Amino acid sequence: MKTKLTILASIALAGAALAAPQTFDFKDLKGINNAGFKLDAPLEAINGSASDISGTVTFDPENPGVTKGKIIVATGSLMLPNPMQKQHMLSDKWLDAAKFPEITFESKEFKNVRTAGDTTTADVTGTFTLKGVSKEITAPVKLTYLKDKLGQRVPNQKGDLLVIRANFTIKRSDFNIMPGQFEDKVSDSIELTLSIAGASPK
Amino acid sequence: MKRTFRIIAAVLVIGAIAFWVAAGANRGWTKTRVPKKVVDEVTGLEGIQWQDKFVPGVDFLGAALLGAGFLAGVSFFVPAKSKQP
Repeated sequence: MKTKLTILASIALAGAALAAPQTFDFKDLKGINNAGFKLDAPLEAINGSASDISGTVTFDPENPGVTKGKIIVATGSLMLPNPMQKQHMLSDKWLDAAKFPEITFESKEFKNVRTAGDTTTADVTGTFTLKGVSKEITAPVKLTYLKDKLGQRVPNQKGDLLVIRANFTIKRSDFNIMPGQFEDKVSDSIELTLSIAGASPK
Repeated sequence: MKRTFRIIAAVLVIGAIAFWVAAGANRGWTKTRVPKKVVDEVTGLEGIQWQDKFVPGVDFLGAALLGAGFLAGVSFFVPAKSKQP
């Protein structure tokens, strides 16, 4: 009887360990992670991206709906093809990168969660903070769980990968970025694209 | 002297247009960096890597035309070379 209980307890513990949520670190491994942004402008759209992305996400492959995490983008890493536009964008009049060095998104809740194979789609609600202003937003997100794929990216490293893709639109006026000004030159709407991969070593 | 200013202005216009066309006739703003898409085979993510590259835009062309116009304008105020008696 004692032996049976021990075996059952071991199986339960192993099951719990397998189903335990994993923490994925989004510090970039290969310089691939990026957050893109696009604003309409008369001559040509302003297209840029940020490369310095970090943060952690806790993801349970057995229950993707309880995913939680925070993604941080370093404001200073925002890049534009035109140096003058970049200088203006990071200046105190626009993003004020010196005073607000981080752009963050912290998830609170996942809704409409659908999982097919290793891919989960959902609507994530969370707090988006830009230029010191925090707003709750909801955005469609796609999570792809790549079990045992970390070794293919980082040699001799066992673990899993989690890929996150999201597209959403914000208004710069909502975040105190020149509200109501220069809207004939730079649109109020900003399209944001997030394409990132995080690692969970074993 | 008057002629020299006008020749420099003409060379500036022709040179700027030729350079702009040769660099791809970019109708946007001048760029000093261009994005290059890189696909990660494992995750399928499309990353962006920025490369240093000068791509003249319409502002470059406008500045060159403005400079040439200024030189041509100055040439009208430069006294013509007086003929030797």
